[in-house]
Amino acid sequence: MKINIDQVANLARLNLTEEEKKLYGEQLSNILDHAEELQKLNTDKVAPTSHAIPMKNVFREDKAIPCKNTKDIMANAPEEQDHMFKVPRIIEE
Amino acid sequence: MSKYETVIGLEIHAQLATESKMFCSCSTKFGAEPNTNVCEICTGQPGVLPKINKKAIELAIKTGLALNCKIEPMSVFARKNYFYPDLPKAYQISQYELPIITGGHLEIEIPNEGENSNSRLRKKINITRIHLEEDAGKLVHKGAERIMGSEESLVDYNRGGTPLMEIVTEPDIRSPLEAKIFMEDLAHLLQYIGVCDAKMEEGSLRCDANISIRPVGQKELGTKTELKNMNSFRFVQMGLEAEVARHTEMKASGEKIIQETRYFDTKTHDTKSMRSKEEAHDYRYFPEPDLVTIEPDHKWIEEIRATLTELPEKKRERYINEYGLPNPIAEVLIATKSISDYFEECLKIENKPKEIANWMLVNVMAYLKNKNLDIKDIVFSPRELIELIKLIEKGTISGTAAKEVLIKALETGKNIKDIVSESGATQISDEGALQQIVKEVIKNNPKQVLQFKSGKDPVIMYLVGQVMKESKGRAKPDLVQALLRKELS
Ligand SMILES: [Zn+2]
Repeated sequence: MKINIDQVANLARLNLTEEEKKLYGEQLSNILDHAEELQKLNTDKVAPTSHAIPMKNVFREDKAIPCKNTKDIMANAPEEQDHMFKVPRIIEE
Repeated sequence: MSKYETVIGLEIHAQLATESKMFCSCSTKFGAEPNTNVCEICTGQPGVLPKINKKAIELAIKTGLALNCKIEPMSVFARKNYFYPDLPKAYQISQYELPIITGGHLEIEIPNEGENSNSRLRKKINITRIHLEEDAGKLVHKGAERIMGSEESLVDYNRGGTPLMEIVTEPDIRSPLEAKIFMEDLAHLLQYIGVCDAKMEEGSLRCDANISIRPVGQKELGTKTELKNMNSFRFVQMGLEAEVARHTEMKASGEKIIQETRYFDTKTHDTKSMRSKEEAHDYRYFPEPDLVTIEPDHKWIEEIRATLTELPEKKRERYINEYGLPNPIAEVLIATKSISDYFEECLKIENKPKEIANWMLVNVMAYLKNKNLDIKDIVFSPRELIELIKLIEKGTISGTAAKEVLIKALETGKNIKDIVSESGATQISDEGALQQIVKEVIKNNPKQVLQFKSGKDPVIMYLVGQVMKESKGRAKPDLVQALLRKELS
């Protein structure tokens, strides 16, 4: 199955070289081919599943706990101003 | 010239009243220092696992029950993938194919368009679905008010991960006014059942609208536009009115309406295109692998139903039918849950709905409005209000004095009994003490006494007034009159 590697790269915000496009394009196509193979199976009587293990209703209680690692998290900011992450202006045209 | 019909559907985002975020334990408290309520999970650090907030599920189910919806036996969270600086994971966890709630409706009252403009028409607005998701962070744009002109952006992730409930309506709304009424009624309901504080101005309730117009009688919908940034009830109506006008003008001049996202400019009062890239909306939804399905059973749903308080509409009817209150009074009493709670708390102590309503509305509410306070903010308890009403009934204090006592109680938080005994506002019902004043008034007003004796009976009221004045309003007028007549006979 042919994949539009330019579109995929664009959606993932990746800047790929021509060689990379060729390499990853082939690899991703192979994966889709395999999925296509699986599609041939008749699954009419099988409910869709998003999980391998039969689990449901895993919840936590609504309790606020102060965050301790805010310093480490701020350390990830490329640039910081007023304790906020400074990002390039958002261009929407 | 109304040959076009307006068709509006709303998408409403309501922040759920939880203590912690949707998938982590960070606080959802509004107004904290930037980036202090953030952790590994809500900022999307590698290797972390989200965990669903049970309360958020319960609040969504509660909303579904209040809006006559179907609670789905199974719902699933999905990842909605897109890049935006307010979304650190580069995906939002949301519900897509299998939302937690489907169907349902809210009944609203709209003005009847006939000659009788005072009559109201009831109308059902159908709910398509309600799903859960997480909020994004907040962008602070520097250098310009809107996205377009800013030089750089600052991001505060405190809001990121806050539980949101998205309520989607059918395109059942036929005018901007209807949309505003729907939003007000929905906000009232959400606030009432305690799932959302529903303040549009603060962003805990947000509204986007899909809008189109079509010739009256036509079945197919016209090209729609999506309208954003209507952050007050008034702006919902104004924004939609501006957009309807734009559509109508374009149709009239034969221009083609483009499907796009627009925002309401609150300064110029018109709508402007957001000009966002359409190709970017390839969200590639897939089931969130880190979360399992939500499958509420009957028992859990019934437990949630039991926490559902009487809805405002029902309450209003009951206040009218059971307590004999006029509709306008019932409406003020159901305006917020804290007011109706207060009213009902009073009723539990003493079953005097009319007196309680009267004192609450005329005096307490007026004071609160004046001071811009909520009834929750005052220490003056229902027990105290009842105490006051009883003192008036017993004749211990006069109605006029009671008003002053009440204001003092509201201002100082002191209890009624103390204020009354300190201020000496109690009525003089002791005849001996009054007798003295009566005699003095007769002595000081010979002219009026003469008039009365010569047959001008109404002059007695002047003399009563004088006694009341001398006693500083603490005498019982009927007793005063009796004493005067006895003295003058
Ligand atoms: Zn967090």
